[in-house]
Amino acid sequence: MEITPLGDCAVLIRVAENFEVAPESALQHVLATHRQLAAAKIPGVIELAAAYTTVALFYDPLSVIAAGAPVENVFGWLEQRIYEAVSEKEDSCADPLNVSEIEIPVCYDSEFGFDLDEVARRAGLNPKQVVDLHSGAEYRVHCVGFIGGFPFLGGLPAKLATPRRETPRKEIPPGSIGIGGKQTGVYPIKSPGGWNIIGRTPLRLFDPQKNPPGVLRAGDRIRFRSISRGEFERSAK
Amino acid sequence: MNATAIRAGFSTSVQDLGRTGSREFGVSAGGALDPHALRVANLLVGNAESAAGLEVTFGGLRLRFADDRIVTWCGGDFEARIGSIVLPLGHPGLVHGGEDFSIESPAIGCRAWLAISGGIDAPIVLGSRSADLKSGFGGLDGRPLRDGEEFPLGKNSDHAATLIEKLQAPRVAPWKPPHNWSSTAVRDPSLRFIRGSDLNHRAPGVIDTFRTRSFFVSPDSDRMGVRLDGPRLERSYEIDLVSEAVAPGTVQVPPSGKPILLLNDCQTIGGYPKLAHVITVDLPIAAQLRPGDTVRFREVSLADAHRALNERERDLEQFRCGLESHFT
Repeated sequence: MEITPLGDCAVLIRVAENFEVAPESALQHVLATHRQLAAAKIPGVIELAAAYTTVALFYDPLSVIAAGAPVENVFGWLEQRIYEAVSEKEDSCADPLNVSEIEIPVCYDSEFGFDLDEVARRAGLNPKQVVDLHSGAEYRVHCVGFIGGFPFLGGLPAKLATPRRETPRKEIPPGSIGIGGKQTGVYPIKSPGGWNIIGRTPLRLFDPQKNPPGVLRAGDRIRFRSISRGEFERSAK
Repeated sequence: MNATAIRAGFSTSVQDLGRTGSREFGVSAGGALDPHALRVANLLVGNAESAAGLEVTFGGLRLRFADDRIVTWCGGDFEARIGSIVLPLGHPGLVHGGEDFSIESPAIGCRAWLAISGGIDAPIVLGSRSADLKSGFGGLDGRPLRDGEEFPLGKNSDHAATLIEKLQAPRVAPWKPPHNWSSTAVRDPSLRFIRGSDLNHRAPGVIDTFRTRSFFVSPDSDRMGVRLDGPRLERSYEIDLVSEAVAPGTVQVPPSGKPILLLNDCQTIGGYPKLAHVITVDLPIAAQLRPGDTVRFREVSLADAHRALNERERDLEQFRCGLESHFT
């Protein structure tokens, strides 16, 4: 584990080295660390955010100082509490991980999947095979970010990996399912973006008026289910 | 009671101290790019420090209130008027109902934070009234203020009511905060930074280029970040980092070699190497940078950054106590 400052109001805790080699173990590690840090309730900590191999811990330096940290060594004080929090694990590692399994209905019609043909061509498949592969796999959320509620999903069948578009689109409709490199994800709100769009979900994955605003969190298991245009229209209502 | 934007200005948005707790869902912190200026301005008009105000970019704003309000502003070198009376930076002033209050374009800097007594009563979304212009929520429907738009104000506090009585004549209070608080616009500023953790991914000497050369602010800068032009920051080898958290103040270096200083509306994660982090107390200065300005960077320690923040907070506490006498 490596703890480094991320500016003067956050630290980055790296719990795994190589994401590509062992994504599943990195995820387990990140989720466990996230849970331990949340349970530790370190004074002055505002929030935690997990991504791939790291957990970021955001803090208010003034509250940390008020809780007893020396002004000259806020980082060292926090670092020690983080190590303490993480070492708690050995006693309670039997805790099951709190992850959800979520099914996302997707209409892969060409009207929604602007780049389905291109993804198929690059993979040497026909569009239906792409849909079968994409909706047949199980994915894990490694990180939510970029824009509100955008999940970065691991587990894309290797055949479907497609480089990002050279020129990003200025506007991608909400609900669009994209492939960017080895990852797949969902644009929950209207946004510019460079991923290849292969379909659209009627599900609303991000709603700032709700608390929590997002449906997905790091660690969740995701499946896509292919739906017809008719079903899309019915559930979009 | 309401306020009306006779002219909305170049880009004016509702901002408070930002939102926390939703970062794991990809929601930016947002909020005033100079939260200190907004806190000071709020205190001066008798508001809670965290009340929502207006972040005015490049001026051009003209407001009218339905009833009497105390206003003040901090930030760049703007010219503000109550009717024809000049309201200098940091001084509380009384604007009568029906009268015009305006902020014209700045000589130095580009942003001002306007506090109106009662605060702006925009709905609270995810714990904040701030407009998230990128994702389109918060503030006034997640967008900048529009010409002719009416927006709701909260009730004047007892403190504000006292000031309204006191400032019938003259209309502008003689007191103001320390100059370096209310005015953050300086020509060719130097920003203090601490080293980023991704330095080992970069060519030796990159940090020397960063701290010895000047950079220019590029026109495509906004609330998400200040894009910099100047000497190219070379990479020693191409790396593909997996994305991890970034924060306001982070200086990241994309493949173009042109650094980006992230501000409050930045995305929550990024995959570019992080060269440096501008310290929190200097971010208000970064928020005043406008296209064509030059900026330099000076390295300090993390302890220096925390000390500066702690001192500023102590001074603010003293200022808050000192203000009490004006509200009685």
